[in-house]
Amino acid sequence: MTKSLLKPHRVVLIFLCVAIIAYCILALNWSWLADPEYQMLIVKGVWWAIWLTALTMGVGMMLALPIGLAQAAGPWYLSWPSRIFCTVIRGTPLLMQIWLIYYGVGSLFPSVPWIRDSSLWPLLRQGWPYAVLALTLSAAGYEAEVMRGAFRSVPHGQLEAAKAMGMPRFAILYRIWMPQALRRALTTIGGDTVLQLKATPLVSTVTIMELYGAIRKIRSDTLIIYEPLLLLAVIYMAMTGVIVMFFRWLERQTPVRLA
Amino acid sequence: MICPSASQLSSLALLGFGDCGWGAVLLAGFVNSLLIAIGAYALGFIIGITGAFGKLYGGPVGRDLWASYTTLVRAVPELVLILILYYAVPGLINEMLVSIGHGRIDLPQFVTGIIVLSVVQGAYQTEVLRGAIIAVPQGQIQAARAMGMSPAQVARRVIFPLMTANAVPGLGNQWLNATKDTALLAVIGFAELSKATYLASSATKAFFTFYSASMLLYLIMSLISIYFFGRIEKWARKGQRSSAR
Repeated sequence: MTKSLLKPHRVVLIFLCVAIIAYCILALNWSWLADPEYQMLIVKGVWWAIWLTALTMGVGMMLALPIGLAQAAGPWYLSWPSRIFCTVIRGTPLLMQIWLIYYGVGSLFPSVPWIRDSSLWPLLRQGWPYAVLALTLSAAGYEAEVMRGAFRSVPHGQLEAAKAMGMPRFAILYRIWMPQALRRALTTIGGDTVLQLKATPLVSTVTIMELYGAIRKIRSDTLIIYEPLLLLAVIYMAMTGVIVMFFRWLERQTPVRLA
Repeated sequence: MICPSASQLSSLALLGFGDCGWGAVLLAGFVNSLLIAIGAYALGFIIGITGAFGKLYGGPVGRDLWASYTTLVRAVPELVLILILYYAVPGLINEMLVSIGHGRIDLPQFVTGIIVLSVVQGAYQTEVLRGAIIAVPQGQIQAARAMGMSPAQVARRVIFPLMTANAVPGLGNQWLNATKDTALLAVIGFAELSKATYLASSATKAFFTFYSASMLLYLIMSLISIYFFGRIEKWARKGQRSSAR
């Protein structure tokens, strides 16, 4: 590791890199970072990005398993709706899906009296339930496509062997088919988790003060153009790095030998 | 002409091309989206080809520079990159023009949009094309070298024809991403399909009608693209041994 960093051209590049970072730190205007209000906004924003990514990816994955299975092995009345769902989700921009759910569904609710009077109404007046729904459906659509391929890629002999051992169908699914499919899909799921994190700034367009929304507020308050955006890029890169390392660790924890 | 209020118009009238319909606005937005996507995709392809060869054969410095470009761009959300570049690109170009003694110019939003999206596209296409080049069997390249071909000839006669089939699926995905990424330009106020939909629906309050209609447009564009990329892949795989499935 250190040896590969010490090649002459790398030393020069690292030096240049450090120089650029030093220039950014010294020459640009970072005084706004000292304001506790802005610090709080950024910390809260990071927390929003983390829990939005984790929750929507987790629930989306749970939806993706049955949808992917339906496409890989289901009868036509299950596989066709699943395929249409995946095509629509993957074929339209996420921003439009978020807007459709927030403005479209959200504008229907106030006209329905029993929803207005229900105890859920204060919740439904906020933006985040719609954002969570849109991001979850999007994750489900993309991951279902991944799982479809993963379910198909498990060798048929494995399933036949399980059947020959007299396993019931659900035991085959839970003990043989799903674990092998998930292991095969793990790398792709890791990459898609990064994509999901990178999709979270879109929800700031529906009034949520997540990380990007916080930075936008700082920019419009202080009229500083570049510096908050640079900080934003650095924070996202750090979070991407954490996700990549987490999935690498996860891959090491699971047995690799695939039949 | 005075239009009746939006709630009295049918969905068809709202989407139509008449005086009270928003069809023309949506269609103009759609054409803008398509043009931006094509421009960004083409420019991104040039960056991608350069980057893929640079990353593989560019010498130690070129390799590291291209690697940092693709890593940086792919780790930052597209929306954030678009915003950074949206402010940075016109500034940089103007500074360059001033330094060569030219006056400042006002870069049209359209051109800025294409440049900004092509930087994103270029990073992803670099990775797709690099993978496609690696997948060309090493023996083919060695054989071409042994025949005495120059590196340019090897690239033109052996690497390009053989990598095409490997690259088409990935490039197809990137084209779909390019069309969908144009929606992000709505956030910086560019009048493409999403922005047009947003304007039309907030003016008429017919949210479902407009969002469904423009999502259908995006979907049709995706389906047609998927069909054509399938045809291209079939054409590119012509004469290759099909792998046993």
